[in-house]
Amino acid sequence: MKLTGAQIIVESLVKEKVEIMFGYPGGVVIPIFHHLFNAPIKFILTRHEQGAVHAADGYARATGRPGVVIATSGPGATNLVTGIATANMDSVPLVIFTGQVSTTVIGNDAFQEADITGITRPITKHNYLVKDVKDLARIIKEAFYIATTGRPGPVLIDVPVNISNSETEFHYPETVNLRSYKPVVHGHAGQIQKACKLIEQSKRPVVYAGGGVISSNASDELRTFIKKTGIPITTTLLGQGAYPETDRLSLKMLGMHGTYYANHAMHQSDLVIAVGARFDDRVTGKIDEFIPHAKVIHIDIDPSSVSKSVAVDIPIVGDAKNVLAEMNKIVKAPKIDEWVAYVMKMKEENPLTYKDSDVKIKPQYVVEKIYELTKGDAIICTEVGQNQMWASQFYNFSKPRTFISSGGLGTMGFGFPAAIGAQLGVPDKRVIDIAGDGSIQMNIQELIVAVQHRLPIIIAILNNGFLGMVRQWQQLFYNKRYSYTCINFQPDFVKLAEAYGAIGIRIEKKADVIPAIEKALSITDKPIILDFHVDREENVYPMIPAGKSVKDMMMRELA
Amino acid sequence: MSQHVISVKVENKFGVLARVAGLFSARGYNIDSLAVSETESPDVSVMTIVVRGDDRIIEQVKKQLNKLIDVIKVTDHNPENAVQREIVLAKLNVTPSKRNEIYQLAQIFGARIAGVSNKTIILEMVNDPETIDNFIELLRPYSIKELIRTGRVSILKE
Repeated sequence: MKLTGAQIIVESLVKEKVEIMFGYPGGVVIPIFHHLFNAPIKFILTRHEQGAVHAADGYARATGRPGVVIATSGPGATNLVTGIATANMDSVPLVIFTGQVSTTVIGNDAFQEADITGITRPITKHNYLVKDVKDLARIIKEAFYIATTGRPGPVLIDVPVNISNSETEFHYPETVNLRSYKPVVHGHAGQIQKACKLIEQSKRPVVYAGGGVISSNASDELRTFIKKTGIPITTTLLGQGAYPETDRLSLKMLGMHGTYYANHAMHQSDLVIAVGARFDDRVTGKIDEFIPHAKVIHIDIDPSSVSKSVAVDIPIVGDAKNVLAEMNKIVKAPKIDEWVAYVMKMKEENPLTYKDSDVKIKPQYVVEKIYELTKGDAIICTEVGQNQMWASQFYNFSKPRTFISSGGLGTMGFGFPAAIGAQLGVPDKRVIDIAGDGSIQMNIQELIVAVQHRLPIIIAILNNGFLGMVRQWQQLFYNKRYSYTCINFQPDFVKLAEAYGAIGIRIEKKADVIPAIEKALSITDKPIILDFHVDREENVYPMIPAGKSVKDMMMRELA
Repeated sequence: MSQHVISVKVENKFGVLARVAGLFSARGYNIDSLAVSETESPDVSVMTIVVRGDDRIIEQVKKQLNKLIDVIKVTDHNPENAVQREIVLAKLNVTPSKRNEIYQLAQIFGARIAGVSNKTIILEMVNDPETIDNFIELLRPYSIKELIRTGRVSILKE
């Protein structure tokens, strides 16, 4: 049977078992929307294309399934750019459809024309411009395959309107055949053996796990590995949840705002076992002084991540789940009782802490109470900045896919739309966006979407009237010249919530923090904004300043 | 900063050149020369890229090239393991009285006369890039009006 390109897109999505998609209509995608109208796919109409792509990203991170997005040509497509770059940096599988002007006028500066495949080339895993409707079904099949295999990432398909309107026979391919794309899944057996031997002989090993453990669903294998070897484990920001942070051997997060004990354990280690992590600069600090005594085993599915910034002794290219499972079969526990005792002592003596106040609301206190009252069982989304770091430090993550945050790109305005996607994907969990008063205003328009779909997302604004992280740097490194970081001229967030049909509560006293969170948790049919007016100049500690090493770690405010 | 010759076999499709070139430009690297053509199989193109850069970064770029979906194979070429050739066309301002000198020079280097006018001569030579460099140096005293090179093509010896 002959179908139009628009019908082929919808039928292919059904074949891919897409249950939900996010997007925004526009001129050249009307033919596609025409068929989405009665498709068996839940469509979430956001209020900005950026909201759509972040929501799809949040959905993908929370569920492990690819997020699907559609937007129109020109501004619709360019509005996706930040969201695509966000997903690309954090290896999130997305399939994005953009409309394009007709192939007959491409390149003529037609109305709402933008070269979106050109624009997104460096920020997608791959992209396509469809020039013949006969290629469409194959391209969609390939896009889902590429997005979800190997190191996952966003794939964009640009569909000119005349392609949507032309007809061809529809056959959805069963398989994909790309001679130039064959991701390595199984680790090299010899390398695995070498690695296990090195582990067995190590005296001061540390496991450093990243988001790759979560994207490959390798948490169980990682837990078994730690149980078998007894090696202390730290995670990156995006690795949080890969291993229970409540466990004795967990050193929580490392890096710029990581724990004292994680960073010092890494620094003193003689063997770092990196799993699905990429030695990003927020982790390493000054590269010459990073893990000076350690050999490195690096397990990663992406060969280009290996030896990119840190020289690796034993690279194992493969899927973390697979490689860890193989290692678990043969690895023997090293004799490291003394080392573990030493690290545990560091952990006990240098906990994450803050100076609480009887009067002021400390932002860390708010996160702690959210943790306690949700019993650590919520999905926490964050914005970017101080809110993100406090959420990481004072919430203990125990399960994968429960911490959702823009790590690599550091996109303000990500958290709330991502929370919408996460809540739609995981309806039986509480989803909380820990936000700052700056970030939340970047995609606040999506509040109406949460209200419309009766999503009980809690937006906890740690409101300090500042772009806090930048202000912190200005305080510490720029002589307290708070150049354009004071944003206390701000909307009434309670009224704003009410205007959208959500609930808004302002919390100005410490005693009101717990009741407000309890109240929010009791509401199950609409979003709630909790506007916590926190101590305005609280800083995030510990802190290793950018480009410095563990020796320069600042533990608390200098008097 | 050493010179690298990277040979990249790619799917013969639109947009692939931009992807490949983008990996260099995004790192602020200027491509010294680039030659693209079809190969023995019409659906495969080969790009010979000459670029100067830090070894570590070039290594990283090669990994990134391999990561591109449309890239089939990336190989390092050098004068020891590969035959490398370039074509040069040089237009010289030459009056008829000086032609003989030019002819002799051309003969020594195995260059051909590709065109002659009352004021100019166009020389053509195929050779390895170093010989072409030398040839150009010897032409300089004769007032080069215009000069163009194809960029290197390179094929592994085995």
